[in-house]
Amino acid sequence: MKSLLSVRRLRVEIPTRSATLVVVDDVSFEVAEGEILGVVGESGAGKSMTGIAIIGLLDPPARIAAGEIIFAGRRLDNLDAEAMRTLRGRQIGAVFQDPLTSLNPLLTIGHQLVQTMTTHLDISQREARQGAAALLAEVGVPAAAERLAAYPHELSGGMRQRVVVALAFCCNPKFVIADEPTTALDVSIQAQVMEMLRRISREHGTAIMLITHDMGVIAELADRVAVMYAGRIIEIGPTRAVLKSPSHPYTRALMASIPIIDRRAASLLQIEGSMPRPDAIPSGCAFHPRCPSRLARCNHDRPELAPVDGSLAACWLNAATRT
Amino acid sequence: MLGRTDEVLSVSGLTKRFSTANSVLTRMLSGKNRRHVVHAVEDVTFSIGRGSTLALVGESGCGKSTIARCITGILAPTSGTIDFMGVDMGQAHSGRALRAHRRHLQMIFQDPYASLNPRWRVGRIIAEPIVTHRLLESRAKVEARIEDLLLLVGLSAQDAMRYPHQFSGGQRQRISIARALASEPDFIVCDEPTSALDVSVQAQILNLMRRLQERLGLTYLLISHNLAVVAHMAERIGVMYLGRIVEIGEAGTVLASPLHPYTRMLLDTLPDLEMRRRHRPPLKGDVPSPLAPPTGCAYHPRCPLANVRCTHERPQPINTGGVVVACHAVAEGRASQAAMLRTPPS
Repeated sequence: MKSLLSVRRLRVEIPTRSATLVVVDDVSFEVAEGEILGVVGESGAGKSMTGIAIIGLLDPPARIAAGEIIFAGRRLDNLDAEAMRTLRGRQIGAVFQDPLTSLNPLLTIGHQLVQTMTTHLDISQREARQGAAALLAEVGVPAAAERLAAYPHELSGGMRQRVVVALAFCCNPKFVIADEPTTALDVSIQAQVMEMLRRISREHGTAIMLITHDMGVIAELADRVAVMYAGRIIEIGPTRAVLKSPSHPYTRALMASIPIIDRRAASLLQIEGSMPRPDAIPSGCAFHPRCPSRLARCNHDRPELAPVDGSLAACWLNAATRT
Repeated sequence: MLGRTDEVLSVSGLTKRFSTANSVLTRMLSGKNRRHVVHAVEDVTFSIGRGSTLALVGESGCGKSTIARCITGILAPTSGTIDFMGVDMGQAHSGRALRAHRRHLQMIFQDPYASLNPRWRVGRIIAEPIVTHRLLESRAKVEARIEDLLLLVGLSAQDAMRYPHQFSGGQRQRISIARALASEPDFIVCDEPTSALDVSVQAQILNLMRRLQERLGLTYLLISHNLAVVAHMAERIGVMYLGRIVEIGEAGTVLASPLHPYTRMLLDTLPDLEMRRRHRPPLKGDVPSPLAPPTGCAYHPRCPLANVRCTHERPQPINTGGVVVACHAVAEGRASQAAMLRTPPS
């Protein structure tokens, strides 16, 4: 498949008075056209920062310190604000966690959809209204044409998130960044929104970068998955391979720590400690203080991503077993 | 449950309604004298045996947290009785007897960032129940107790001198647990204790809660929206929908062979970590507003098995094989045929 987005050795820094925090460190990955790439990790892993850096919405003083972001053959990381603004919305859509804060409470949802479409596409108000109603129906909003006149507060959480998805897809972008799109929703609504995202991505051929902390959402939606820890990708590969036979001890531990209904264990596997803060990232492999199978070299030597069983993992254990 | 006397908590016919009436002035000016009533909890009955865990599960707005708040006395129930170790907690909000009784009951909250006083040192936070209930007389004894509690929940004695902001989310939840244990309670209400935490930290807290339960003989009421967490922790499960318990019974039975269509739907929507790509029936609809719950069975607008009877007649709870379920389809035997059509779990 053709590569749509290519992130190469991306480094995002936040300079502070005392030190420069590295929140995304040497991250490289590709997203193919029409592919759903999941990015999973616990809070503080740098997954949202990666997404925000790609769409050029980093809040200063956070900045891209090194690396390249190439989208459809074009460098994004050094694009000026105006050029980035026309690209966002038209070519790249975004869905964020909280639907209430990503919609304007003072405008009807029809107004917001029509405005976005007429800004980016060469169509009339009338065509935009028809397009908006069709799109709302497509994302599963009942009585879509009448709902155009509704304000965000008149809709339930699930309906609002559908509107946000409609906004992200309204200009038929090639790529959508979805940051925790179902986290604020109830389970039954989450299932509906996941199903809808999958369908729209297939039908429109839209690539999605799906950022989530929930392995269940990854298992349901993602074609490939990148697991992040302390600002770095520590494992990336096809979803099934990564989830069913993880190669990195962190991924393995993460999977075993999730309670599963038909597997009632006496106790869950627990990873001692927690994600390191960005001002205190351990040397060598950042996971080594919590790793049950660390080697001597892990505390000073940083492992790079290397191929294991069809995926890539950054762990010295795999190198040790290979040689 | 017949003839079982060792029940820590027994709730009967608990109902909690909130009035969302506009202010007097607004009503006068608009000329409308409408009073809306939110039916948060309607006629809920359950009991919890000593040393066991009952989980209440349901989506947001189903009333599970309101039940927790009624039991702990944060809210006064509209009607019904809450019998906690022989005393009705719903009545009489003053009185020394009730106050002394309260020390046997503690609560752990969802957000460990909001439930700890940021200006107090951890030692003072944990000591608060001891001081309030005058459980230990000397300062030295209180300090020794704080140290014991910190070690019990996996923190260190020096942590007593630090402030909450110096701890991570998981550590803060350990502090909440230490505070809850300080008054040596029999019963702890845990309202979404891990939903603000990352999964690896969630596993630590769930394991800690199970260990403490075995060691101290604690009884838990666990409130959660996460069925997998509930399956891991609870002996019994009550599934709530729009203020009512629609199904309650032994956890293994309810999860392995759910009877109520809503319970089935909840289980069907769980993301499939094993990636078996099982078939799922399509879902429809939102949770209705508790301001205007549907007539009859509240689940009927979303239920694949609903018929005319479901739309106007409220189903009464019936006991089938130890599981109590409120559903016409189950009572009439229509549900079992549908269950046969459901794809087996493996």
